[in-house]
Amino acid sequence: MKARVTVTLKNGILDPQGKAIEGALKSLGVDGIASVRQGKVFDIELPGADKAKAEAALKDAADKLLANTVIENYRVEVLS
Amino acid sequence: MKSAVLVFPGINRERDMARTLKLVSGHEPAMVWHAETSLPKGTDLVVLPGGFSYGDYLRCGAIAARSPVMDAVRKFAADGGLVLGVCNGFQILCESGLLPGILMRNARLKFICHDVHLRVERSDTPFTRGYNAGQVIRVPVAHGEGNYAADAETIKRLDGDGRVLYRYCSANGEVGDTHNINGAAQSIAGIVNERGNVLGMMPHPENHVEDIMGCTDGRGLFAGLAAHLERAA
Repeated sequence: MKARVTVTLKNGILDPQGKAIEGALKSLGVDGIASVRQGKVFDIELPGADKAKAEAALKDAADKLLANTVIENYRVEVLS
Repeated sequence: MKSAVLVFPGINRERDMARTLKLVSGHEPAMVWHAETSLPKGTDLVVLPGGFSYGDYLRCGAIAARSPVMDAVRKFAADGGLVLGVCNGFQILCESGLLPGILMRNARLKFICHDVHLRVERSDTPFTRGYNAGQVIRVPVAHGEGNYAADAETIKRLDGDGRVLYRYCSANGEVGDTHNINGAAQSIAGIVNERGNVLGMMPHPENHVEDIMGCTDGRGLFAGLAAHLERAA
């Protein structure tokens, strides 16, 4: 089974890296970008076909390591 | 003083730290590998040194914070043992839950490597008794992620409970945006946990302890710890 965990900064947390990327896009002349926030994507493979079990394992992984919930939110998706 | 310096893969300041501990206390510290599940018997100070544990992968200190030895450190701290984390050590303590908050990328995105001034906020703790309250010391920093952040409630509590022990300041001790090198909340350079036995700080006091280093302002921190532990022993 393939899954994806997406980690993003919580609202209100300053993201200097996102701001720098936003500035670089402006200087490249890429129009129509209002703002950029940088996050992380983890593509994860799991054995077995039990979707509920996979989701529980991914949530556990995100809580214990992938995200720091002081500043980050995460989203778990089982893809196939 | 029987100190233990934790060694994680990618750490590079452990020998500076060990040298300073020996110099100031007269006792050789134990070097403890991250895969150990216990601390040497009789340890009274655990030090997490600076460096780049696990290459700063994922988040600074995130992976080291989950290593086997950290369970022993959590237990040691819960029993009242003194824990000092410097630079990457501070990041590891935050990631491990021993200290609140997190160290974010420096506000101006640059790696900062130079001397800074710190104001010692109080002198009645094991980590600051070698100084006077309000004293300004000069120590080096070397970090890209030292911008301390936490929710407003936590910052308020840290401030109100006197848990901020070191703040970035001018040579005269003025605290403000101009002297806040990395954008840290309330110019925080070092904080303790609620019980006051775990200190995390971004600057490197261990690098200003001998005349040859051009400054000995960092010595007070270690001398204070040694005095505290010798009196307790």
